[in-house]
Amino acid sequence: MATTAPPLVEMIGVDKRFGSTVALSDVDLSLSPGQCLGLVGRNGAGKSTIVSILSGVETPDAGTVRFAGAPTPRVGDVTRWREWIATVFQHSMVVPELSVAENVFLGATDRFVSWRDMRARTREVMRGWGYDIEAETLCRDLTVEQRQIVEIARALRRGAKCVLLDEPTAALEREAVRRLFTRVRQLTSSGVAVLYISHHLEEVFEICDDVCVLRDGKRVLTAPVAQLSKDDLIAAMVGAVPEGAAASAGPSAQSVSRDASEPVLVVENLTANSARGKLAGVSLQVRPGEVVGVTGLLSAGVATIGRAVAGAEGRESGQVRLRGELVPPGQRAAAQRAGIGYIPEDRRAEGFVAHLGVAENVTMAITDRLADRLGLLRPGRRAAAAAPVTAALSLVSSGPGQPVSELSGGNQQKVTVARTLAHEPGVIVAITPTRGVDVASKALLLESLAHVARRDGAGVLLCTDELSDLVICDRVVVLVRGEVFTEFTEPPFDRDQLIIATEGIAANGHAEEAAHDLEQDS
Amino acid sequence: MISNKTPDGSAGTVTTPGGTARVVPRVAWLADRVRSMNIGVLREVALLPVLILLIVVGSVVSPVFLTVTNIAGIGQQISALGVVVVGESLILLIGGMDLSLESTFGLAPMIAAWLILPVSAFGSGTQLSPYLGLLVLLGVGAAVGFVNGVLIVKGRLNGFIVTLGMTIVLAGLQNGIVKAQTLFNLPKAFGYLGSAYFGQVPVSFVVTAIIFALVGLFLRYHRTGRALYAVGGNPAAARAAGIKVERIKIGAYVAGSILAALGGLMEAGRVSAVTGQQGYGEGIIFSVFAAAVIGGVSLRGGRGNMIGAASGVILLGVVQNILDLANVSSYWIEAIDGAVILFALFLARVVGGESTAEEK
Repeated sequence: MATTAPPLVEMIGVDKRFGSTVALSDVDLSLSPGQCLGLVGRNGAGKSTIVSILSGVETPDAGTVRFAGAPTPRVGDVTRWREWIATVFQHSMVVPELSVAENVFLGATDRFVSWRDMRARTREVMRGWGYDIEAETLCRDLTVEQRQIVEIARALRRGAKCVLLDEPTAALEREAVRRLFTRVRQLTSSGVAVLYISHHLEEVFEICDDVCVLRDGKRVLTAPVAQLSKDDLIAAMVGAVPEGAAASAGPSAQSVSRDASEPVLVVENLTANSARGKLAGVSLQVRPGEVVGVTGLLSAGVATIGRAVAGAEGRESGQVRLRGELVPPGQRAAAQRAGIGYIPEDRRAEGFVAHLGVAENVTMAITDRLADRLGLLRPGRRAAAAAPVTAALSLVSSGPGQPVSELSGGNQQKVTVARTLAHEPGVIVAITPTRGVDVASKALLLESLAHVARRDGAGVLLCTDELSDLVICDRVVVLVRGEVFTEFTEPPFDRDQLIIATEGIAANGHAEEAAHDLEQDS
Repeated sequence: MISNKTPDGSAGTVTTPGGTARVVPRVAWLADRVRSMNIGVLREVALLPVLILLIVVGSVVSPVFLTVTNIAGIGQQISALGVVVVGESLILLIGGMDLSLESTFGLAPMIAAWLILPVSAFGSGTQLSPYLGLLVLLGVGAAVGFVNGVLIVKGRLNGFIVTLGMTIVLAGLQNGIVKAQTLFNLPKAFGYLGSAYFGQVPVSFVVTAIIFALVGLFLRYHRTGRALYAVGGNPAAARAAGIKVERIKIGAYVAGSILAALGGLMEAGRVSAVTGQQGYGEGIIFSVFAAAVIGGVSLRGGRGNMIGAASGVILLGVVQNILDLANVSSYWIEAIDGAVILFALFLARVVGGESTAEEK
């Protein structure tokens, strides 16, 4: 890394405050051509602020940013800024109703648009990447991965020298992540610098040369990844070594009587036809106090089964019974009344009402309980009801009235989870509840779900493609193409076995036995 | 558990002052209270400077402006509009819009009056009791709102076009059933709400103020009222939280139309007649939307409150009154009226700050 030339991108002593919150204080950061630098930190550590500053969206309060030793273009001068740094944001910035070609050339077309030229150049870019995405396809018809490729293509079209990837793998399947990494390596070997932001530390170890750790707005560590262990990294992020961040949320196994008890949730032969993945006759049961994991590839129907059980989505056939009572299909309100809590997959879309306060969002599902006979709700009662739940999740806010839109992503996710926990449901359906959440908060969220099962005897159906979430499960059902492929009944679950199973390959021994057990069960 | 390992930031929750607190923390606490009471408070009084300015202008323009009679007159004039604005605000809050409120405003009193009056006064001749007539009036409102709501929510049709179509249909009915005649000689019970006074205070003004207050409290403290905000702010999240989104939405359309019908009754009482022009012919819907938006009710749903809406209504009423008193030539009155509304909207945005801004 001993380069004589000034680094490609350099931040020196950068400070940034938002109101009374210090987002960054005295942060240094530098990137050389061909370097892949990982940027990690807990939610609210300042990662997003660095992204905003380097993307030319925010101006630092103090300190300097330089590109190859020269001052940066003016903030807001998007065109010139993009010649240096292009950002692939965490949340898709493609215009769904426009074609791939239009999105790649968004804001950069000539005065008179030559469609033929634009398409040809798009094809060229795509071919360069070894991708066959049609230039005419509308972006709304693309998969998440393909949309990301469109965004990267847009970033590189103008020959940016540095690419910022802000949690690019949050919505990708394993295969797609592998392909993304191949592309990132391609980029760095051609001399492009990459700033890689992720909550997945293993990814950082896999793809990054160096890693920079932020904590509470300060840079606490920059080092080559080869010199660090995962625990070193977690220690730097959290400030102290957590007693095995994920392991502390162990399975709730112990209760003995559980096996004998009647299932609280029975799903029989569920079929559904959904854009998120079909279900072709899935049956499963959850007993009180049990955490049942459902996993598989994104297209396998993992999210669909959660949504169908929670009534967020309709179903074609099959039954869902809660404590023996039939739950009507596709009616979220009815499912909720029956006692099914729901932690939705996409917190921005379904998790909260952005401009309403924390307490109001957390108590949204229990207004019937909080209201008096006339239906009146006292803000004080609302805050009091929300307080224990938000405290248990260490939700950080300036008060119960703070709009959720002002919280960091991880805290927004906690609002979503708290809303469900406040409802004290008989069954909780959680779909990828830890997506976009840092390691420590992740353990906390999982722990809170396990806790609800253990203490209150709620059943938890945890639908996730995040294998590390499954540590709290007593059993794991693996879906392949909308069918139950196999079931793991003995925690701890072997990660490799799980991966093999999700790919639809019967593992030798263990998984087959499990599948056999399942048949005997039913 | 690792919960105790989270950063100190978690101590950020608002805390009430301890017993040891003296003056300084008390002030900080008060400031905190004011802030946490709702940013709304600031936004709600955003129009106050504009109103004060208008009152100054008004008293300069005419010595009559600040007389009790004139102010009572303004009160009576804005009452009908105000009730419709409450209705429209409910619909805007859930993220909808209803153009047909202006036609309901005309049609509902027209049908009711037509059923009450004898054939000689262009009525239907059924000579319904005026009290039953009032029920009919509210029923017409409810029915129109229900049809709109079902078409938009269940039928998933575009609310703008549905209510635009409905506007024209209803206005056509309003003229059709009485062959464009004007209905006079309304029975006393029918005209009472719009024309009677408690001393010098118009009954309609009192009733409108009560409606604003009740709906305001309902929106702030009732679970259904809060659900309106949730549904308008993020329908998917509201649904995920178990709120019956469709029912709430249809309910808002029904309530909005009932209020529009009530507003129409006040207007009919005020002018002691129901004309074919009332509502659609006068184009009141622009004023309705203007008052709501100037008052900070977002057209995108989920934001707004009754204090804002009320100040929007008062502002429009005062502007109208000043223009009347200033004897502005009737050829120019609309141009000035429109310009003042645009100016008020701009001022409300400047004073109200970011919370009143539309999305970038």
